[in-house]
Formats: sequence, C-alpha cells, structure tokens
Amino acid sequence: MNPIDILSTYWPRLLDGTLMTIKLTLMGALIAAVVSPGLALIRTQAGPLVQAPLRLYVSFVRGTPILAQLFLIFYGSGQFRPLLQEWGLWGFFRDPFNCALLTFALNSTAYQTEILRGGILGVPSGEIEAAKAIGMTRAKTMQRVIFPHAYRIAWPALGNEVILLMKASALASVVTVFDLMGRTRQVFSKTFDFSVYLWAALIYLCITAIFVIVWRQAEHRLSRHLNPNAWERSKDKSLKATQS
Amino acid sequence: MTQAEIILQAEDIHKSFGSFEVLKGISLEARNHDVISILGSSGSGKSTLLRCLNFLEIPTSGKVSVHGQQIQVKNGKPGNPRQIEGLRTRLGMVFQQFNLWTHRTALENVMEGPIQVKRESRSEARDKAEALLARVGLADRMHMYPTQLSGGQQQRVAIARALAMEPDAILFDEPTSALDPELVGEVLKVMQDLAAEGRTMIVVTHEMGFAREVSSEVIFLHQGRIAEQGPPDEIFTHPRNEVFERFIANTR
Repeated sequence: MNPIDILSTYWPRLLDGTLMTIKLTLMGALIAAVVSPGLALIRTQAGPLVQAPLRLYVSFVRGTPILAQLFLIFYGSGQFRPLLQEWGLWGFFRDPFNCALLTFALNSTAYQTEILRGGILGVPSGEIEAAKAIGMTRAKTMQRVIFPHAYRIAWPALGNEVILLMKASALASVVTVFDLMGRTRQVFSKTFDFSVYLWAALIYLCITAIFVIVWRQAEHRLSRHLNPNAWERSKDKSLKATQS
Repeated sequence: MTQAEIILQAEDIHKSFGSFEVLKGISLEARNHDVISILGSSGSGKSTLLRCLNFLEIPTSGKVSVHGQQIQVKNGKPGNPRQIEGLRTRLGMVFQQFNLWTHRTALENVMEGPIQVKRESRSEARDKAEALLARVGLADRMHMYPTQLSGGQQQRVAIARALAMEPDAILFDEPTSALDPELVGEVLKVMQDLAAEGRTMIVVTHEMGFAREVSSEVIFLHQGRIAEQGPPDEIFTHPRNEVFERFIANTR
C-alpha cells in the first residue's frame, strides 16, 4: 500500500487516536493547572516544614522517568488491589486511561508548580508593595497583582510544558490506552507498513504547531502592556481584516 | 492659634535590622494640613521611618495611630493584618520608583484601590479617577500603560492613585529621586498644589527647596534619631544642631 492508501483506509483510527491524545493531554494539563497555583504559593510563602513534602514530590517527579511513574501507578496499583477495593478506588485504577491521566496530571503538576513558582518570584516587588500600601488584602494582592504577572512571566515555559506532556502522552500506549501512538502501532501491526508512523509524526507535529500558534497569541495578549504600540497595531490590523 | 486635629501620630518607633538599630525611638505627629518634610543623609533611617508608618516595614516596637485608630507593636509583632490593612487605606503612599501596576493602564491604576479595597462601583471609581488624572495633568494619557509614560507622568499617576483612596494623609518616599532633573518640577508642582489645598503630607525628600518653601515642619534625622525639628524658616536660618547645619551647608 502506498502512504495515501494507508491514510485513506485507516484515518478513522488515527483520528480516534488523535482525539484521545488531545483529551489525555488537555485533561492532564488542566488538572495540573488547577492544582499548581496553590502549590506554587506554598512553595513561595510557606515555612520549610510545610514545603518539605512538596519538595520531595517535585524532586521525585522531576528525577524519575515518566514511564517509570506510569508503571508505578498502573502496575503498582495492581499490587494493592485488595486495599484499593476496600477503599472503593479499584474501579478507578482498573482503567488504564485513568492511570495514564493520573500519572500525567501528577507529573505536570510538579512541573507547572515549579514554573509558576519562578513566575511568582519574578513579580516586581515594588508592585506588590504598592498593593499592600493601598490596603489590599493578601488574597486580593495575589489575584490582582501577583498572579497576573506570574502567569505572564511563566507563560512561555507553561506552553513548553504542555507540549512536552503531549509528546510524553504517547507513553500511554504502553499501558494499552489507544491514543494516537497506540492506534498507530495497531495499524502497523496489521499492515507492517512503516508509513503510518510518518503520518503519526505529521499529526503530532500539526497538534504542536496549532498549539504553539494559539499559545503565542495568548502570550501576545498577556504582555500587551509591555509593548502597547505593537499590540494596538495588531489590533487595528485584525480589525481592518474583519471589516474588509 | 487653635491646634488642628491630630491625623497621624507615631510614638517611640524603634526598628532594627538584625543587630543594627536603624531607628532609635522616634516620635512625630502630623496635624491636619501639616506638610512635614523628613530630611537626612542616606542611611539616617528616613525611608525606614516612613515605611514604618504604614507598616510596609514592621517596627521592632512602637505605636502608630491614624485618626485615633492605634496599632502597637512589641517585639516586632504587629497586630492583626486587618487592622494594618485598615490603617493603610487611610494613608496614601507614593514611592520613589512609582511602582505603578505595569499591566494596567493609568486609569486602571487609579481605579484599582477604590474598586478592590473600598468596594466602590466601577462607574463611580471611573469618574473619580478621570477627574484625578485630569487634575495631575494627564487627561490625555489615561489609557496608556506605564511603559508608555515618562517618569514624571508615572509619578503623577501614582499620586492620583494615592488620592483616589481619599486618604487622611499621604506619605511620599523620595518622590522625585528617580526622575530626570527636567521632570522633577512637574511632580513638585503637583505636590505643592496638594499642600496648598490643605492635604496632610509626610515627605521624605532631598529637595531642599520643597522642604523650605512648602513644608510646615522639617524633621532632620541623624543616626536614627531626630536631630533637628521645627518650622523651616526657623531651623534653616538658625539651625541648633551642628550636623544639620553642616547638612544644609552641603546641600545649598
């Protein structure tokens, strides 16, 4: 079969796999995005005793291969089956998708926490003082000053992290999740045609490219105050484009 | 002459950084319409004193009261944070480095406090902010971001931001020290207008002209203590303290 035939025959599977990859990546990244701001705050503000378990967790995640983490959760949970059954958690761990999602969420949380911590540390201290001086509460200061700056600073690194996670999600295929990689391997084992891997690579590349474009647009918007003139110009351009 | 009401009172403020005592027991009081200039060579503790007044720096010990509401510190432990936040809303602060929120426009900077802290409505805060920016001469710069403004303009926005909170007194921490010389005037002019309309102000400054002509009282700090204090025309012409005498001789 030529490469085009492969695609025209097996595209539904590849599409299915693509959707699974996107779902796995987005859900994992999103869960991490919800949890990490709180953890990043602990990393920057709490005492060393509170931080200790968090640092241990981050070091563990950053210091071990993600595949090992996936195996730990997927096969490891099997070891504790009676206990998990007793707690009513076995239903969750029995599904490889859940194991993969949990692994990716835990993994990305650690990275996103560290990235955000860097962002928070980079917030100009004078602006925090100005918020204090006006009588803002700590919570308001975080919401109005610290996090808007921290996210702008952390934004490119966060985008990188999501891309890395998307590529790492191919590992889910090892524990029988049919993501893009899983589907590709399935097709390959049927056809023994190498070109399906090329198609998979192309799809991964497309996902990344689209993500990068969207992310950059958001970055541009987040930093509009740093280069307001360029921002105005681009707004005018898009306005004209929509008018014509 | 009847004494005006006391707005801000600080009693026996001590502040140490480690074993180094920067402030060695300073008391001052500002009455309504007072403009107090705090002078001193660098390291004399004048900025630290100002920052102790609104607890950006927590004094090691001492007492600060604004309009009778009092916060006492012992052993470097401040009272409850709500109380400190309450006190800060009554004291405006203008920083040397302006410290505008760079991700917000001039207008948004001025509206922020009234909306987020005083819970005023958006439209009310907006009207007030527009009026204040017009008053400091920035009506045409309202929608610009701080990066688009000159230092002098940024500092005027910062003054408007402090005014928007309708504070009982405003603290100025070397408001013109970070400015190019040709921009100093526009900021001093605004401060002079504020003084003229009876605002209570405490100003840490190196501007001798301002201290002499605008302030009602001058405090000279030396090595963490008040070395000289009094109305400017009195102490500038007849300095009693030797260090202060040398200080004004050097800055003339």
